[in-house]
Order: sequence, then structure tokens, then C-alpha cells
Amino acid sequence: MRPGRRRLRLVLGILGAVLVGVLLWEGYKALGPADGVELLGARVLPRTDDAAMPHVGTILARFGDPELAGGDPIWLVVLRACLVTLRSVAVGFVAGGVVGLLLAVLMQRLRIVERGLLPYVILSQTVPLIALAPVIAGWGGALSIGSYPWQPWMSVSVIAAYLAFFPVAVGMLRGLQSPAPIAEELMRSYAAGWWQTLVKLRLPASTPYLFPALRLAGAAAVVGAVVGEISTGTRGGVGRLVIEYSREATTDPAKVYTAMIGAAALGLAVAAVVGLSEFLVRRRRADA
Amino acid sequence: MTAVALAGVTKVFNAGRADEVTALTGVDLTVGRGEFVSLIGPSGCGKSTLLRLVADLIQPTAGTVTVAGKPAKQARIDQEYGIAFQQAGLFDWRTVQRNVELPLELRGSSKAERRARAREMLDLVGLAEFAGHYPAQLSGGMQQRVAIARALAVHPPLLLMDEPFGALDEMTRERLQDELLRICARFGTSAVFVTHSIPEAVYLSDRVVVMSARPGRITEIVPVDLGERGEATRQSAGFFTGITKVRRALRGGPVPAEAQA
Repeated sequence: MRPGRRRLRLVLGILGAVLVGVLLWEGYKALGPADGVELLGARVLPRTDDAAMPHVGTILARFGDPELAGGDPIWLVVLRACLVTLRSVAVGFVAGGVVGLLLAVLMQRLRIVERGLLPYVILSQTVPLIALAPVIAGWGGALSIGSYPWQPWMSVSVIAAYLAFFPVAVGMLRGLQSPAPIAEELMRSYAAGWWQTLVKLRLPASTPYLFPALRLAGAAAVVGAVVGEISTGTRGGVGRLVIEYSREATTDPAKVYTAMIGAAALGLAVAAVVGLSEFLVRRRRADA
Repeated sequence: MTAVALAGVTKVFNAGRADEVTALTGVDLTVGRGEFVSLIGPSGCGKSTLLRLVADLIQPTAGTVTVAGKPAKQARIDQEYGIAFQQAGLFDWRTVQRNVELPLELRGSSKAERRARAREMLDLVGLAEFAGHYPAQLSGGMQQRVAIARALAVHPPLLLMDEPFGALDEMTRERLQDELLRICARFGTSAVFVTHSIPEAVYLSDRVVVMSARPGRITEIVPVDLGERGEATRQSAGFFTGITKVRRALRGGPVPAEAQA
């Protein structure tokens, strides 16, 4: 297929998915029972009134209105908050990626480390983030980087990194272990040392594992940053905005959805950056 | 000087455990400079193990392995040999050219030297025009030729090959056999060649080393003297005599394992 047509298909696919989402939302709102759907005493589908499910149009219109009377329009407020969160996400993503990569290299190098460390790596992801976040924020309060005091957003970054390192560590470990035994024997026959084998064989062989891992890490970093902001009470980010706006849900139901759409857009932006870097790496390889 | 010398070599895997296997026992073998020696025998006779010992990919349990007059480890570090396996084992993220350059890169050769040498080797195996291709774009036979070019890139005095043509069709196989002999003759390269095929062993070799399994050892060494190889060689009486000799050596070996038990 020609690249132009593929791109057109992609755009149409995205538009189609958005359209289906809007139709489901509005369709259920129009046709569903006002009190929602209950199953065995639990409400499995929400109420359809305007307080629980505002019209899509209302939500979009809300972006243009000021946040508070006379304030900035809400799209600008959400955008600013997303950029604040993006800083935590970016720092957390990079730090998590580096830590994950180093752990993977270490585990590949020493089997005993893999055996000893891997269970803890997996265990780390089962600790509830809500419990961990205040602890990290508490530690951060007692730290400073040289003369530069620890900032609350750094705690958020640490939480994002805590989630982001995991897929990278696990994915890269598999990638580093992926070369066939014959390739390793070949490197040995060239008297290549551990470092040369890593750089010339293991790392290039692991790129097919790296990018899926990075995509997961990007998503995890966004979730970690948003949840981190909420549970540490860090101001300025989109996570905080979700909490603040949800308190106004009864009087201004559309408002919280603007913050949620902002958080989702942030996730998409990070995924797009990872996708773009993968595209560039592959193209460079094809050209080389 | 000899290219390879093995003296009293024994290899035991998983020594002292329940799954202990004696892969090779009491192997003495010398390969002269410029000589082509094939190793042939049933599966499990330790011929690949023997090759790996020479390559210092594994170490002997007893005995000594000398390559180019040095201990095997030193010979490996000095890249005194090139090696090729049944799978070409090319790095699929590198072009053909960059695959051939790999051993030179690891040796620290300059970029210009690497280029020139890789070009020379690809010319030799007739793949110069595919230098910019990726391995996935080549047929199995072409990939194997790239692997041979890579093994020869550092101009090693010794070539170690583990069934390099095993996965190829007969036509390609015969063509590559001739190519290999031509290359070895040109550089005076010695070769140790593991194969399952009796005609292949006879056609290529100055001597065919016949091995038997459980435990792996050398049962007979069949000298072959066919002179200059060519199309006619494959039809010559000497070729068939050689095949018969090797076949007899393979059959008439020791008592089968069942009888010993």
C-alpha cells in the first residue's frame, strides 16, 4: 500500500473511533433509562441525566468558557496544567527508562542478579501506588539536590518513573536475551568482550522489544504522574485539576470532563512521541 | 608448522552429575597448514564438539588444543580462525557489507580498511552487488556465502565450518563447495569442516576423519587424493573409491552400543 493511502486510512480510523465513541455516549444518553442500569443491586451503567453525563457539545463548549467568572478560558487552564504534568511525565519517563535499561543489563549480565532481583521488580508493581505516593513525597521533603531544594513535581516524577521502569526492565531483559546462541558464539569467536557484545549484538537485537516496552512505559508514566499528583496533593498539574473539578461536579458537570480529556490527550501525546521516535529509528535503519 | 593439533583431548559435559556425557575421548589429530580436513560421523559422535574445542568456544576436560602454534584461547583472541555454522547467523539489522565488516570492527580496523576488505570478500563470494542489501532480502545460499565472506574477512589462516551447507539444496551446495575450495587454495587457508555428507567430505578434503559415537572418538582417518577438483572429479573413479572407503569406515566401526550393554 502506498504511504499516502495508509496515512489517510489511519486518519479516517481515528476519526471513526472518535465518532463511534460520541455516538455511544449520546445514544446511551438518549435511549438509556434515566436512573441507569442496575444489575444485582449494583449500578453497572450510569444515570443518563445531564449531571452524570453531560452532552458532548456541552463539554466541548465548556472548553471555551472561563474557568471561573472572569478567568482564563478553560482550554488554556487545562493546557497549562497538562504542560506542568508533562514535565513530571517526561522526567519520570526518561529516569524510569534509564533505570529499567540498567536493571535489564545487570540482570542479563549476572544470572544470579536476575534470579534475586526479578521477583522484587515484579513485587514493586504490586505495591498500591496510593500507599506509596505519600511516602515518596515525605522522603522528597527531606531532600535537596545540592543547593536546589526538592520540588513537589520531582516526587511526582519519581512516582511516574516507578511505574515506567517496569515494562522497560522486563521487555529489555527479554530483548537482551533474544540473540541466538550461535550469534553469541560468533561474538566469542571474535574475542569480543562483554561490552562489545552488548553494543554490537544485544542492544541492536533488542530494539523490537524496546519500543513496545517504551509505549507501555509512556502510558505508565502518564498514569503515575496523574495519580501521583492526586495522591500527593501536588498543585498545578492536570491530576490536581481532575480532583478540583470533580468537586464541582454537581454544579458544573461538564467541567471535570475537560480535565479528563486533557489527561487523555497527554497520554496520546506521549504515545505519539514514542511512536515518532520508533518511526525515525526504523527509517534510519532502512536508509543506512 | 601445523594449523591445528589436538593431543589426548577428552570432553565430558555435566561432569559428576547424573546427566554426565562423555562427548569425546582420547582424540589426537593434527591438521597441516593449508590442509582441508573433514569430520564425519553419526549424530552425537562429537564432531561439532571437536570443532568448538578448536574454536575455544568450549574447553577440553583433558588434553591440549593448539591452534597456529598457540593455545586455543590465545588463537581465538588473536582471531587466528574464522568460523561458520549451519545457520548463516547474520545480524539482520546490518547490511551485507556491515555484516562482513563486523569481525574487522571488533578488531579495531580503520573504516577505510574495513570497507576495502569487505568489498574484496564480497567480490570473492560473488555478492558485491548485494553489499547494501539486508540479510532478509537474500536467499539461504546467498546468506551462507555472506557468512563465509565474514569468516574470511580477517584473512584467518584457519577456517572452521560446522555443516555450513547443510541447509542448502544440492545445486547450491555443489557450487559453494567449489567456491570454498577455490578460496582456500587462493589464501592457503587450512580448514576443519564438519559434515553429514560422505560425498561432500570426500570432494572437499585432503583427509576425512571418521568418528563414532558413545563415546565420541576418531575411528579412522581416510586420506583422499583427487588432485585438482573440477566438474569431472565428481564422476571420477577416485571420487567413488573415496566414498566407498569412508562409507566402509563409518559402517565397520566398533561394536554397536546395544551389543556392549
